[in-house]
Amino acid sequence: MRIKADFDITFAGFHLDVNLDVPAKGVTTLFGPSGAGKSTVLRCLAGLERSASGYMQIGDVVWQDEQNNYFMEAHQRSIGYVFQEPRLFGHLTVQKNLEYGYKRTPEKARRVDRDQVIDMLDINRLMQRKPHKLSGGEQQRVAIGRALLASPKLLLMDEPLASLDNARKKEVLPFIRKLHDELDIPVIYVSHSLQEVLQITDTMVFMQAGENVATGPITSLCSELGLSHYLGDMSGSVIETTVETHEEMFGLSRLNFPGGELYVPQQSLAIGAHQRVHILARNVGIALQKPQITTSFLNVMEAAVVEVTVPDNRSHAVQIKLDVGVPLLANISRKSLHTLRLESGQKCYALIKAVSLAYDTIE
Amino acid sequence: MDLLSPVWLTLKLAAVTTVILLLISTPLAWWLAQSKSKWAATIEAIVALPLVLPPTVLGFYLLLALGANGVIGGPWSSLTGSALTFTFTGLVIASVLYSLPFVVQPLQNAFIGVDKKTLEAAWCLRASRLDAFFSVILPLSLRGYVTAAVLGFTHTMGEFGVVLMVGGSIPGETQVLSIAIYEHVEVLDYQSAHVLSAGLLIFTFVVLSAVYLINRRFPGHAH
Repeated sequence: MRIKADFDITFAGFHLDVNLDVPAKGVTTLFGPSGAGKSTVLRCLAGLERSASGYMQIGDVVWQDEQNNYFMEAHQRSIGYVFQEPRLFGHLTVQKNLEYGYKRTPEKARRVDRDQVIDMLDINRLMQRKPHKLSGGEQQRVAIGRALLASPKLLLMDEPLASLDNARKKEVLPFIRKLHDELDIPVIYVSHSLQEVLQITDTMVFMQAGENVATGPITSLCSELGLSHYLGDMSGSVIETTVETHEEMFGLSRLNFPGGELYVPQQSLAIGAHQRVHILARNVGIALQKPQITTSFLNVMEAAVVEVTVPDNRSHAVQIKLDVGVPLLANISRKSLHTLRLESGQKCYALIKAVSLAYDTIE
Repeated sequence: MDLLSPVWLTLKLAAVTTVILLLISTPLAWWLAQSKSKWAATIEAIVALPLVLPPTVLGFYLLLALGANGVIGGPWSSLTGSALTFTFTGLVIASVLYSLPFVVQPLQNAFIGVDKKTLEAAWCLRASRLDAFFSVILPLSLRGYVTAAVLGFTHTMGEFGVVLMVGGSIPGETQVLSIAIYEHVEVLDYQSAHVLSAGLLIFTFVVLSAVYLINRRFPGHAH
């Protein structure tokens, strides 16, 4: 099953022209700077905006086909929409808010278990309260629950953590991960923060200036020399790992990945648990000889140069794609490139200064 | 003349007028609150006219329109065989027009106060536009409805000029409180005028106080 969408819409001073074809499974993240048109794409998918020459289908079901003058209104589409702000109904209790979409879902279309959702989001004790008596994080959890209980065939999440401070973000993020793990609902997630979506994204869509510029699995997309810059200052590789062991004495966890091992600050994760890490290109250095034991770098690994960006005389830095078993991007200075005379195929060593997992970073 | 007959007639007129006004003002106010049409401003101005026009001007045109040869009264009398002027039905029509702004404006403000974003959230939860209106907009506009109903009711109770022009003063049919008071004064029956005036004053004051008190105690649902 796939989600196919084609929107072409112009507002005052803004033109959106996207052509999406992504799996109707797992989490697809629309990633890009603000103003890239990410939220507008969600609004088009929901039927809140109508583009004059639009097309959209999920699986075999067509929701919009302007060539045949067909447009399904938002309330007829089986969607769940979690907005940046909770948008709860102020006149209804939490329970009534949760039931709003649930009641309007035909009984045979209800595929989401009410108690499971309430349990998962930990909102049971809030049921009789009015929305304004809840914290921002609680409100957003209720909003997520409300959307889920309408048994959506597609869940749209527009920076659901944006209106929350960091503490509240950390409170809600685990619930979004659980959503990813426990419910089989395709999600289109809008974000401009790689940390937020690192662990949950299956398919990444880079957006810029109203267009989708690249689509693919998060790991391969982020490690492409020509694409990584869409991550802005978060340019760097994403690597799949599993937790191998914890070195409690030093407060570290050792992660396994196809090319070897990585040390990160100790995680409260079970051995064998799956974990993605993000390694900023600017935190990766290159040495031609294996550094002796006298280095403080914990993560050093054998590598081979795959590709070097064409040096741009106006920039002091170049980006290099290494192979350490998986692709790994490194930013080094143009001067270093000149000194090391790096070229494709060359053996070297990657020195990794920091590895980040969501909100934690090891130095 | 029966002292209480105008009181009952006035309450009946105000009640019927208020119900009709709430029914027609809801879609009208919603349209005004939402519309980007260039006609919206014109319609708004027409609705607001009774606020500033002398009641006699409105009453004069209504008298012509409702009369046996008027644009409304003509078809009406050929349908029903009776005129509209100097009847209770005629009074209701006149009162609806006269009190329209007092009901439309609070509703319009209440609708504008409901965030469009909340409405979109309802649409995305399988609520049709009509469903969302009744399940979200209406309850969130409850205060606006209370204000509109009370203003419409009390304003209709207090009208004089329009009623006099359109309805005259037929006891039991068109002789409302304000007219009755005027006539008591004309025949120097200050005793009866006192009873009715003080009654109207106190009733109106109590009702308005109650509404403003409720509005202060429960400052809406907007958070």
